Amino acid sequence: MDFLVFQYPMITIQACLDGLLLGILFALIAYGMALQWGVMNIINIAQGDLVILGGYIAYFMYLYGIHPAWGVIVSPIIMYFVGIAIYKLVINKVVDRDLFISILATFGISILFMQLMNFAFGADVVLANSGYGTTMLFDNNVVLPNSKIFSAFISVVFAICLVVYMKRSKLGRAIRATAQNARAAKILGVDTEKVYAATFGINAALCGVAGALISITFTIHPYMGLPYTIRSFMIVIVAGLGNLPGVAMSGMGLGIFEEFADYILGTEFRIGSVFLLLVLILVYRRFKLSRKREYLK
Amino acid sequence: MNKNSWILYIGILVFGLVAPFIFPAFKVQLSILCVLIVLATTWNIQGGEMGYNTFGNILFYGLGMYLCASVQVGMFFPLAEWTESGGEKTFVHTPSQFFQGMAAGLVVAAVVPTIVAGLIGYAILGLRGHYFAICTLGLGVAAGEISGGIEIIGAGQGFTTPPFPNIGGLEARGEFFYFLSFGALVLTFIAVRAIYTTRFRLILNAIRDNEDKAEAMGIETMKYKITGWMISAFFCGLAGGIMGGLVGYIDSTDVAFDGREMGVFMVLMAILGGKGTLWGPIIGATLFHFFKEGFWTFFLGWQYVALGVLIVVIVIYFPEGLMGWLREKYPERFGEVIDEADRKAQVELK
Repeated sequence: MDFLVFQYPMITIQACLDGLLLGILFALIAYGMALQWGVMNIINIAQGDLVILGGYIAYFMYLYGIHPAWGVIVSPIIMYFVGIAIYKLVINKVVDRDLFISILATFGISILFMQLMNFAFGADVVLANSGYGTTMLFDNNVVLPNSKIFSAFISVVFAICLVVYMKRSKLGRAIRATAQNARAAKILGVDTEKVYAATFGINAALCGVAGALISITFTIHPYMGLPYTIRSFMIVIVAGLGNLPGVAMSGMGLGIFEEFADYILGTEFRIGSVFLLLVLILVYRRFKLSRKREYLK
Repeated sequence: MNKNSWILYIGILVFGLVAPFIFPAFKVQLSILCVLIVLATTWNIQGGEMGYNTFGNILFYGLGMYLCASVQVGMFFPLAEWTESGGEKTFVHTPSQFFQGMAAGLVVAAVVPTIVAGLIGYAILGLRGHYFAICTLGLGVAAGEISGGIEIIGAGQGFTTPPFPNIGGLEARGEFFYFLSFGALVLTFIAVRAIYTTRFRLILNAIRDNEDKAEAMGIETMKYKITGWMISAFFCGLAGGIMGGLVGYIDSTDVAFDGREMGVFMVLMAILGGKGTLWGPIIGATLFHFFKEGFWTFFLGWQYVALGVLIVVIVIYFPEGLMGWLREKYPERFGEVIDEADRKAQVELK
């Protein structure tokens, strides 16, 4: 373990920029997580698997000769209907139940998806080559693939679109009302069942966008879903529900943390450090709250 | 304890003792069943009695597995060279070395996870509900990822446990591991049954039903939660140590810290049988093992699909499990007295 990071400032800049661009993607997934958590009070362990499924849609477009960047449009449309289907089959039965039931049920969905994707797409690590080239900064010392910049840009666009949609549209207002008080919303004529289905669909669509971007910038593999779930969960608990700037900030923070963990500890400990960070954050919050005799709710 | 239950216990004990000789082809399967029952029963102390649904008991299981194998090798040979050579090629355990190592290894495998549970318990058990569930899930996965990067216990290529010694041409490996795991099962059952008759169980149930009120009644809930977790950890570590020897090969994410299989299995088995009962996890584990072996044999490749569907179906349609269903159907068999007049009044109110 040599501290190369501190001796060569260029590596620090490289890691920071990589982490920032990566973190924006994480924030997009975490936004979907926060949305369904806030509205339906479920924690979706299959979040990461939805991301990977979205990635495979873009990858298949790439295989059939279409530029994978179009996956950003196609993948959310398909994933929206996948999300609605999952909601109709499973999620609507766990919405008003104990949270652990939803965790376990979505864990089941996650295992199911993993294996089905393994059958359908094979167990190889794949990526869709966008052919965007790279950008060199600081006398060619910092290398940024254009695909990463593209993916961060698209994530921001989608996030802004969603925020505006939530604020302006009728469905967005219904979703926000249901999140505040489902019963009151029902009394005032909101069809909460439809709102839940739409929320889960939007969440799946967001996962689809993120997945398509990940298939362009990084790699996808059927079993790589769980780390994405954990990352988005972590971002949401750090930022809090319904705090969008917070989600973006903590997403970028997590991205930078990961890049540095990668440089300092080595790539084999990257996923492990993400999970350890989750444990540490939860324990830290537990001690912070227990001083006031409170606990995480 | 009445006469019937004595007959039942003795019947099961006798069956357990003669089973490997009646079904010699299923010795390994029966041993795995014993380990599964131990895991489900100890998960039930946590998830069923205490209401702290954990995915993290796999941490103690995997820890026990690595510790037992490491002690067994490390007592007689240099550990690093053993893992580098892939195990049995360079060093051979004599029978007495094997058994001494196994005994010491099992003690370490049970004691160290208990201490670990005690140490991290104060930090982790302060979390509640789903935060606890996700945190323990993270712990299990992190342990798997990190142990996969440690060279001395084999890192990514795995750790071969010492092979069972050949004593005078007698092939007794299956019997040895069967009786070891059956012994662990009996020990667990006696311990858990004893615990369930004490005030300790009532306190755990109070924590499950309403922790704030339990605290307000003057119960030091943290102390009892940690104790409960340590009991779970003890038996999980023991089960892990036995399972390591039984499988013969330890891989960080596929065998030891296998959150996707064993970590979910223990939750599922306990829920299938019925959380919060003594017999529920035992019945659940037995049923689950039959189901699993059937699928793993006849539908190889589709087993995870079936597992995923099974989890969803059980969780959505049978959250109370088999024992819960029986209890609903025959409440008087569970010692619950139903006042007919009261029940009728309730129905009229509805």
